[in-house]
Amino acid sequence: MGKASKNRHVLPGFGLSMGYMLAYLSFIVLIPLSVLFVKTASLGWRQFWETVTDERVLASYRLTFSASFAAACVNAVFGTLIAWVLVRYRFPGKRILDGLVDLPFALPTAVAGISLTALYSSSGWIGQYLERMGIKAAFTPLGIMIALTFIGLPFVVRTIQPVLQEVDEQYEEAAATLGAGRWKTFARVIFPPLLPALFTGFSLAFARALGEYGSVVFISGNMPMKTEITPLIIITKLEQFDYAGAAAIASVVLAASFLLLFLINFIQWRSSRKHAAG
Amino acid sequence: MSYAGTERPKASMKRFVRHNDESPWVRWTLTGVALVFLGLFLVVPLLAVFAEAFKKGWETYMASISEPDTLAAVKLTLLTAAIAVPLNLVFGIAAAWCIAKFHFKGKNLLMTLIDLPFAVSPVISGLIFVLMFGAHGILGPLLGSLGIRIIFAVPGIILVTVFVTFPFIARELIPVMQAQGTEEEQAAVTLGANGWQTLFRITLPNVKWGLLYGVILCNARAMGEFGAVSVVSGHIRGMTNTIPLHVEILYNEYNFAAAFAVASLLAFLALVTLVLKCALEWKSDRSRRQERMR
Repeated sequence: MGKASKNRHVLPGFGLSMGYMLAYLSFIVLIPLSVLFVKTASLGWRQFWETVTDERVLASYRLTFSASFAAACVNAVFGTLIAWVLVRYRFPGKRILDGLVDLPFALPTAVAGISLTALYSSSGWIGQYLERMGIKAAFTPLGIMIALTFIGLPFVVRTIQPVLQEVDEQYEEAAATLGAGRWKTFARVIFPPLLPALFTGFSLAFARALGEYGSVVFISGNMPMKTEITPLIIITKLEQFDYAGAAAIASVVLAASFLLLFLINFIQWRSSRKHAAG
Repeated sequence: MSYAGTERPKASMKRFVRHNDESPWVRWTLTGVALVFLGLFLVVPLLAVFAEAFKKGWETYMASISEPDTLAAVKLTLLTAAIAVPLNLVFGIAAAWCIAKFHFKGKNLLMTLIDLPFAVSPVISGLIFVLMFGAHGILGPLLGSLGIRIIFAVPGIILVTVFVTFPFIARELIPVMQAQGTEEEQAAVTLGANGWQTLFRITLPNVKWGLLYGVILCNARAMGEFGAVSVVSGHIRGMTNTIPLHVEILYNEYNFAAAFAVASLLAFLALVTLVLKCALEWKSDRSRRQERMR
């Protein structure tokens, strides 16, 4: 403890780095973000409420929220499965596949957007088979969900993978010795410690999907009331020079993302406390 | 909190322990499902970009990517990244030095604030700068009277790119520098080195892989950002068009071959990013393991 508090005197540059960091943080992030709320406040309560509960806007919330939720659920299931396979099994090409999981982070969203649209349109590689089965993917909510699944996958895999690697296999062996079947061991021994990570990954994927724009605009078709996502409404308002309206809807979306961020931090704080206690 | 800061998976030595207790049937089914899912959602879309790009042959491809508007977009994207990445690099080093090497209250709050841009939708990231600097924005009239244009011009594009890529390098550096501790720096200072010497000779060489990792991720995002840049750019061909925006314009003109040709440049950048990222993870793993052996 004594050594720690002495650091301040031994190492130079605290004032400079702190000052620079705070100034840069304020100018780039905090001041611009606060402008959003200033602009929203200029509307007045009634006008704000009318803007954010307009029928078309409400339809976009429902679509964005449900497509993001569905995509995050798909990712929670398949992401866990992929993390499991990548950590526990060996097969040829595994390293390449492991690296490829990060593709959605590295591939610009516009590229993902046009590629998925080409694939799932009625003449595309995948779309033509879906069409034969009577399923339309491009320009429907299903297409939006597919794009959001693409975007969210690495969040789930990359939060579960390290936790799964740390799982002590002694407990599994103990469970097996005590007569538990493999499935029971998974459900009772392996899965519970993964749960906080799974929930974090789910929330990260969900939060990312709520605000996603680039990969969705191409495949969604952007029909008002049907396939129009909330970020697109913000852009439409902006193009009509309705700055306050755009700011109002944006502040609703931002509040939702901050709420999720808070939830994620809370889960991590709780699980790390439990970890420390146990 | 964000995936980027967490410990990345490492090649585990545990691999030699027998743990595949599942029957081969279960094992192969699970592997098969994972492969099909990854193939369908990641590999196929990636291949589709290149397939569509070369659909009309090599010549159309070359013509599309050497067209003057495309070259202007490439130039602007390179310029944007060349300004945004160094700015965030300097910030990342300052933030990591301050947070990792000193003790003070409110560190967690500060780190949450640094992470904020990750939680903001790209469209909103663009919007806030329009609200600030746009013609009807807070500083709009003042800037207008001075004849400075930020929105629908290059400065706006650079500004939102800096915002969107803000946390990348800091988030990579802070945990690495925290793990490094302060003993080596204290020794250097005690021996008479000044702050800058300590930073450049001791701290930065120690964290070089983490630093490079952050720079690569930051660069990929800076070059590929679409939503935020699209809001502030105004889409003026040859002037305020970055590569991703140029892809959108070509695509909306139904010039699919050209759109995918330009998109393939970005897909190639993504692949290079992934390869470098894996190589760096492997490298930093190895140096960490060597350190442990010593």
